[in-house]
Amino acid sequence: MSDRIAVKRAVYEENDRQAALLHEIFAAKDIFVVNILGGPGAGKTSSLKQILARIKDRPVSVIEGDITSDIDTRALKDLGIEAYQIETGGDCHLNAPMIDAIVKRMSLKPKSWLFIENIGNLVCPAEFVIGEDVKILVSSTAEGADKPYKYPLAFQKAAAVILTKEDIAPYVKFDEAYFRAGVKALNPDAPVFGVNALSGEGFDAVSAWLRNARG
Amino acid sequence: MHEASVTEALVKLALESATKEGAKKVTAINLVVGETTGYMKESLDFYFRIFSKGSILEGAALNVDYVKAKIKCPACGLLFERKRFSFDCPQCGAQGVMTSFGNEFYIDTIDIEREEA
Repeated sequence: MSDRIAVKRAVYEENDRQAALLHEIFAAKDIFVVNILGGPGAGKTSSLKQILARIKDRPVSVIEGDITSDIDTRALKDLGIEAYQIETGGDCHLNAPMIDAIVKRMSLKPKSWLFIENIGNLVCPAEFVIGEDVKILVSSTAEGADKPYKYPLAFQKAAAVILTKEDIAPYVKFDEAYFRAGVKALNPDAPVFGVNALSGEGFDAVSAWLRNARG
Repeated sequence: MHEASVTEALVKLALESATKEGAKKVTAINLVVGETTGYMKESLDFYFRIFSKGSILEGAALNVDYVKAKIKCPACGLLFERKRFSFDCPQCGAQGVMTSFGNEFYIDTIDIEREEA
């Protein structure tokens, strides 16, 4: 005889619980945590460098997530930024236990910013909260204007969208109106910042938004 | 890799619930999975076979109840399923807004066999 038992529990429950604990730790120290999402090559690290050049009012730490390599962490360290590397060794996203483990090795600075660059992937990172205050999604014109339609969850969860490689939009025939309409449907309140992450154009608005989000 | 870590979490959750109920064996795990999570039944099955091996979950069926993503039209209020590459309302043409229908991912129930009394 088999019995049917009601469970009604989310599969993300354990991750969400750990993420909530992390968020409490960060909030107690007045650390504002930004989780940066985006596909490989979208310009996450380049965008982060532009943001860090404009946020000088508080101490900053960075956690870099990659499947393998510490290229981005070394580049940030060369700029004098305190950066830590998580190599997932295959996992396609960061999760709360990974952040918990690395945070234990960090000296968490009160009243600071913590930027966490997630694994280059538009799918799984959107599913896992890692103690952040906000998610920012980096999407490039080169990836195409259909990204909100193909990867809705990432756009739904982002508090703001950074649209990189604006300078090459005409060459890749990027339909910006279609892109913006998709973002608006998924996430009516999220601003879309058109930028060039190499020249820095557009990042003053991004950093102003971040300061405002911090409150 | 996408489904590997969630399947691991799923196995842990199902084991915990089954053990609490004094199950000798789990015959089925009944999941509710939203469309926007992007989880494929085939992949969940594949990883489930690996992670459940040697436990009371081994051999259990994974039954998936899929929930379609729903969009709400801010103009006429219609709740609709989207067409590919569009969020436009099929009734009035206004641009719809995504709702939380389709984000589900939870174990609804499990079917268990208990020790004979």
